Amino acid sequence: MTSEGVAPLVPPGPRRVGLAAEYFLRVWRRTWVGSVFSRFGGPLLMLLALGIGLGSLVDDSSGGVGGVGYLFFVAPALIAVQGMMDAAQESMWPVYGYFTWNRMYHSMLATSLTVTDVVLGHLSVIAMQSAIASAAFVLVASLFGAFASWWALLSIPVGVLTCLAFATVLFGVTSRARTDGVFNVVFRLVITPLMLFSGVFFPVDLLPTGMQVLAWVTPLWHGVELSRDCATASADVMSLVHLAVLLVFVAGGLVLALTGMRKRLVS
Amino acid sequence: MPILLARGLTKTFGDFEAVKGIDVEVAKGEAFGFLGPNGAGKSSTMKMVAATSPRTGGELSMFGLDPDVDGAAIRARLGSCPQQDNLDEELTVEENLHVYGRFFGLPRAVIRERTEELLDFAQLTERRRDKVEPLSGGMKRRLTIARALVNDPDVLLLDEPTTGLDPQARHVLWDRLFRLKRRGVTLILTTHYMDEAEQLCDRLVVMDHGRIVAEGSPRALIQEHSTREVLELRLPVDGHDESDGGHTELAHLVEGVGERVEALPDRLLIYADHGDAALETVTDRGLQPVSALVRRSTLEDVFLHLTGRTLVD
Repeated sequence: MTSEGVAPLVPPGPRRVGLAAEYFLRVWRRTWVGSVFSRFGGPLLMLLALGIGLGSLVDDSSGGVGGVGYLFFVAPALIAVQGMMDAAQESMWPVYGYFTWNRMYHSMLATSLTVTDVVLGHLSVIAMQSAIASAAFVLVASLFGAFASWWALLSIPVGVLTCLAFATVLFGVTSRARTDGVFNVVFRLVITPLMLFSGVFFPVDLLPTGMQVLAWVTPLWHGVELSRDCATASADVMSLVHLAVLLVFVAGGLVLALTGMRKRLVS
Repeated sequence: MPILLARGLTKTFGDFEAVKGIDVEVAKGEAFGFLGPNGAGKSSTMKMVAATSPRTGGELSMFGLDPDVDGAAIRARLGSCPQQDNLDEELTVEENLHVYGRFFGLPRAVIRERTEELLDFAQLTERRRDKVEPLSGGMKRRLTIARALVNDPDVLLLDEPTTGLDPQARHVLWDRLFRLKRRGVTLILTTHYMDEAEQLCDRLVVMDHGRIVAEGSPRALIQEHSTREVLELRLPVDGHDESDGGHTELAHLVEGVGERVEALPDRLLIYADHGDAALETVTDRGLQPVSALVRRSTLEDVFLHLTGRTLVD
């Protein structure tokens, strides 16, 4: 309440997104320890049980998948799965909470921040969390010999991109949710089936055509394939297609997220 | 130039017209109130003024700026205290101030400096490192108001600032708001508490069903829409239908006493400039009231007269 005039108005742009992100970063710093096991432990257990346990059977009986050892087949895919899971954890209940429970989104929008700043700020912190989780996974999985080349590092941004493809779309869903009951449905009917049938544990070619189509039109399969192409240094034209599809999901998801949030928060 | 200028301002939600064309003008340094029952359109108006909800029609300017165009610039000069506290209860008192200051892009050093003053102002210095969650309702409200002051705003918007607080907490809060007013901060508030409006507002409008039904200072409104005093009378009701308290059927007995008579189920209100004289007239008519109370007219009488006694849920 010193009388040096009003708050300097921060012009629209990355600085304002950064101001919004600062808050979500603070929340993350407060809560990350509690979520380490569910976020990071999950994929790691899968790597041990499936990549190494089940993988040794697969490798013994059929020499891996398409000539690639099962561990090398599964590990990069799990990075994409982890991206999807991070998005699902961060973009439903917490987002819903910010406009219904503690109403912090409303707090932010009473200041010089706008819906775009808040949404982009929140998504960028989710992307950062995903980057850290993906990097940690690559590091630990490497200790188990799950990655053979430095190209595996490229799987980290792919994990983040997969995370954002889901996070943006789910922001759009959450902003339109009337109750939080819908999130369990999303988990059961979307997230879990996608994890099982998007070529993570076996190639989608083994699925009936109808289900393959489902993999083609959802983000996870593209993330899985792109991550695998990176980690095994076998990128080709299809890799670019996967990348393009993920980017389209992020762009479309952003539109959904921004329109939904604007409608919900600025009515 | 007025701080707030609205002409024919409207707000519609689907088929529902929450604000039906209101004209308002608030000058710098004024304490201005929107008074009205629930659903009168006060909060909808407040959100438009706060540049957090776009108007449906009419003109609106804050500091001479259009909220549809310069929303962020307007909000940078406002302090906004919403009806529902929206603090981060997991953070401490001072962290809440810090976080909010950063939303405005204030440098950390400036926030630190203001935090000391604001904690003192909100009487929360001793609780500065405590989490918000266990604080009392009054403390949370004071923190919400302190937080709204972190950007040193020219105007403080308060949507029902003391709803749900106990009398002590309300008086502490009023005292704080007085101090702000003395410092030249323009206060714009909504309330459905008459005593609050009388205490805080230089000028107010009474809203009902999305329209402004009266405007003026509390004193002028009482003069215009009520009498100086009110005589509250309870009469013996034996012989009459007591199922509704019986007094509606007794109203004719005091007809002509005072300027106006209002019959409530359990008592009669006689609006008169001199309550004692009115009481004398009543007893002269041979009536023997069970109880009689002469009191000054309040904004509540104006309010109930203008907006009716029907319960709004």
